[in-house]
Amino acid sequence: MTYVLKKTGVLIISLILISLLAFLAFQIIPGDPTTKILGTDYTPERAEALREQLGLNDPLPARYLSWLKGLLQGDPGISYSYFMPVKEVMSGKIQVTAALSLLSWVLVMLFSIPLGILLARFEGGHFERAGIVLNQVFMAVPPFFLGMLFTYLFGLVLHWFMPGGYIPFSQSVPGALGYMFFPALAIAIPKAAKTAKLLRSSILNEMNKDYVRTAYSRGNSRWAVLRDHVLRNAMLPVITYLAMSLADTVAGSIIVEQVFALPGLGRLLLSAIGNRDFPVAQCIVVIIAFVVVFMNYLADIITQYVDPRVRLS
Amino acid sequence: MKQYLKDKNFRAGLLITGIMLCVILIGLLWTPYDPNAMSGSEKLLKPSAAHLFGTDNFGRDIFSRVIQGAGATFLIAAAAVAIGLVIGLIIGGLTGYYGGVLDEILMRISDTILAFPSILLALVMIAILGKGKYNIIIALGILFIPSFARIVRSEVAKQKNTDYVRNARLMGASNMRILFLHIMPNIVPVLLSSVAIGFNNAVLSEASMSYLGVGVQPPDPSLGRLLSEAQGYLFQAPWYAICTGLAIILLILGFGLLSEGMGGE
Repeated sequence: MTYVLKKTGVLIISLILISLLAFLAFQIIPGDPTTKILGTDYTPERAEALREQLGLNDPLPARYLSWLKGLLQGDPGISYSYFMPVKEVMSGKIQVTAALSLLSWVLVMLFSIPLGILLARFEGGHFERAGIVLNQVFMAVPPFFLGMLFTYLFGLVLHWFMPGGYIPFSQSVPGALGYMFFPALAIAIPKAAKTAKLLRSSILNEMNKDYVRTAYSRGNSRWAVLRDHVLRNAMLPVITYLAMSLADTVAGSIIVEQVFALPGLGRLLLSAIGNRDFPVAQCIVVIIAFVVVFMNYLADIITQYVDPRVRLS
Repeated sequence: MKQYLKDKNFRAGLLITGIMLCVILIGLLWTPYDPNAMSGSEKLLKPSAAHLFGTDNFGRDIFSRVIQGAGATFLIAAAAVAIGLVIGLIIGGLTGYYGGVLDEILMRISDTILAFPSILLALVMIAILGKGKYNIIIALGILFIPSFARIVRSEVAKQKNTDYVRNARLMGASNMRILFLHIMPNIVPVLLSSVAIGFNNAVLSEASMSYLGVGVQPPDPSLGRLLSEAQGYLFQAPWYAICTGLAIILLILGFGLLSEGMGGE
């Protein structure tokens, strides 16, 4: 329990630090947002009134606190390029990115765990050798390039899906998820290759331990030893890795959304950076950062739950 | 070196990286065609003996453009790794050697930074610095500092209580001399592997950022920019994207295998 409390304390401090850093990072950028919002309507008086309205005249700590308060209440300020609440600009976008990254995360698990086990099971054979070489190659493929290959092969040649023809969740949930399958696959494959490799080496590492020799000496087959004894221990580092890799699938979707023209947070973040719309960019960065930190926290908690030794070290 | 050569991964990585570097080096002096020479009569040609990778929508030779782009991507990666390595060496060396509160704080910060997907941090840095070739070098360079600093720190901390360091101290060598002339040469083998990982990450990040349009800007070449251009012609000229992508994969694969062969992750 004290372990969980300690980790929760660290989590809260990290969240506060991240919000502070994200806030400060976008404050040091020079430039006056009012010139951008007002455009040709710019007059010094209007700019002054707008600055007052947006709270830009307040001192930095006050602005941070009011922004943080807004963020916690679900109202993180006004977008500079659309001049409407960030909340409205972002509505519907979070679901796309969340669904895409969750879907690819599930795919990572579906591919990597059986593959890692099989590679370890057939250690030294042709299957393993071929598998390792392929695995190594897939690890090196950038997800967005894989996305382009899928677009060409499954979209343009085989017509299994319409590139750019995303159906929003509001119209059809199966349609939206169906369109997301190939983007999710593109994110998942390189990540699954890395995970499978980790699982394989984790299993092989365990295979040399004393308890494995004992299990063999009782007449168990390699498969039975693997399944009943080794897997449980070998999965420990992999579980932590999988929990943390959700952050990577979120990062992967930022890029892959661009390939498949998916209207998610990644595309919004890029256009916000391009338009210097910092309230939107700041909010997206904070959301993703929170997810990362929270998944790391969950990974810690899960690890100590499945392996109580962690608490003691 | 000899011990590395026994490793299959290292040999494969050395071969791939070696070939890529040779092609890049030759590309600095000579390419089959001028990478920017347009030709109205040779638009979107399929790969052939005359144009190994075909031609693009302006009739430019894709093979020459890929060589030029690979060279640019490699230079960006090298510059970014160099920045991260030098600053990481200094920070990691000093904190590892002296320890103390500053060491604790810096390592906590680098832990937090390392937990984040690097593409997200790179995007934030680009938002602050602005787009362009030099800003992406700076952004990636800064992002690489924590990982280098971490490795150097733990190695220096390991070495600082060894006999040869005590011996040097007895002989009256100053702390700086011990750190940079006695300890540093001994951690080079460990660093080589992380330099290879650094290259691996840098190539991937450059390609991603330039593909997204926030990295290298026209008219500067890079593999990521070529891919984003190729995407518009995916149907008429799939070889454009495929050949560019293969160059990226080979670079990443080569460095990945090298680092693995040298005992990295």
